[in-house]
Amino acid sequence: MEFSSMMSILISGFGMTLQIFVITLVGALPLGVVVALCRMSKFKPLALLARFYISVLRGTPLMLQLMFWMFGPYYLFGAQLGADWKFMACSIGFILNYSAYFGEIYRSGIQSIPRGQYEAAAVLGYTNTQTFFRIILPQVIKRILPAMGNEIIALVKDTSLAFVLGIMEMFTEAKALAAKLVSVVPYVMAALLYWCFTLCVEFCLNKLEKKLDYYHD
Amino acid sequence: MTNASSTTDTAMAAGAEGAAQAAGAASTEFDLHVANASDVADEEGVLVRLDHAKKSFGKTEVLKDISLSVHTGEVVGIIGPSGGGKSTLLRCMTLLETLDSGTLAYGNLTVAKDRNGKSEYGNKDVLRKAKARFGLVFQNFNLFPHMTAFQNICDAPINVQRRDKAQVEKQARALIKGIGLEGKEDLVPCQLSGGQQQRVAIARALCMNPDVLFFDEPTSALDPELTREVLRVIRALADQHMTMVIVTHEMSFARDVADKIIFMDGGVIVEQGPSEQVINNPQHERTRAFLTQYGN
Repeated sequence: MEFSSMMSILISGFGMTLQIFVITLVGALPLGVVVALCRMSKFKPLALLARFYISVLRGTPLMLQLMFWMFGPYYLFGAQLGADWKFMACSIGFILNYSAYFGEIYRSGIQSIPRGQYEAAAVLGYTNTQTFFRIILPQVIKRILPAMGNEIIALVKDTSLAFVLGIMEMFTEAKALAAKLVSVVPYVMAALLYWCFTLCVEFCLNKLEKKLDYYHD
Repeated sequence: MTNASSTTDTAMAAGAEGAAQAAGAASTEFDLHVANASDVADEEGVLVRLDHAKKSFGKTEVLKDISLSVHTGEVVGIIGPSGGGKSTLLRCMTLLETLDSGTLAYGNLTVAKDRNGKSEYGNKDVLRKAKARFGLVFQNFNLFPHMTAFQNICDAPINVQRRDKAQVEKQARALIKGIGLEGKEDLVPCQLSGGQQQRVAIARALCMNPDVLFFDEPTSALDPELTREVLRVIRALADQHMTMVIVTHEMSFARDVADKIIFMDGGVIVEQGPSEQVINNPQHERTRAFLTQYGN
């Protein structure tokens, strides 16, 4: 098989990889905030529930979680879900798993903001919601960016776990090609593509970090 | 909002050494809401009233039966050793802490009522209204580091008080000029000196048009030179009859700028009276002993 046709197959798989990546971020970045806020809630049962959620999602393999969402509905409820469910299960699995990690990173950031910021906001009459979104979160984002970067880059590579659900993302394609051609070349090419992807992500993260570099505490 | 019948330029803008000299000098747009309005004070002209206030942290009694009142236009200085309850008193008055027992009122607005020896606070609406009546300037400024000086000043009036943006920005520009930071409005706090940051913090509080302004050791984090520039702004405010309560370790400043001095120690008001009298001729042994350390 020609290099170019191998490449086009991998690139089409890369499209799916990118989709999983974007959907996970779009879902898990805001959900992580919710997880962090629940985890820090003064209402003990909610905080406890959030701790349990984080513990389970961080304490079990992502691959297992993906399988659970894929087959759980059928085994548990006998639900017959169509072919579309595969991608749905994959999205749910990734979003929930990453929301647990993101939630803990948010929490570390939120707790690092000095109390004086909350007090200044309280005296000026900001509501709790306003305080969080106008004063706290913007500062938190700057503080957690390096830790977030780590997780986001880990996500690039974790997308390959979608192969267990038979989703045709880049790693699944590479595996199939490698088996078909009895060659390691597709793996090497996929590795290069993953690497290029993480380089792009790193570039964007650096850009953002620079952009937030206009102030320090 | 009162219009700027601004009688003074501030010391900073005038570049004069003493703000007193600036009083009555050429006016600027220093749009400062001075709480001379009788609509917010109670019938006796009292703007802030605290009655039999008590506060404990665990077993430590920090405030033991404190009563005080601040009249419209009055400048009250609170002095005393660290751990004497000054900051806690201020934090209770600015609703950062809640009283265990006692009454707190902002003019005609009762914030906390004493019921059977326990303070009962008003609902959200009451607290919101109360917060609109005072401002607080912190020891370590607590500016929002991600916002420029200008945004720090404008953000709450626009987003909390929901006032007209153009009008707020006009007031903010006048305030920036008033505190002598023209040309620095687009800098973020980390690009400003401590003294400049504290002046921005004062402007931020003023832009909310408070009836009374509280200062919690506003110069304790500053070196003498920066202290001076902050004190000049506070002095200018006093000249414009801004009602203020100032916790400070600057004794001569307190004597000069305050109408009344309260000396606190061990959670009680040991002595209070006209500033000259308390500082120059204290009646109580404890006050005398404390002031001796400041060379009085």
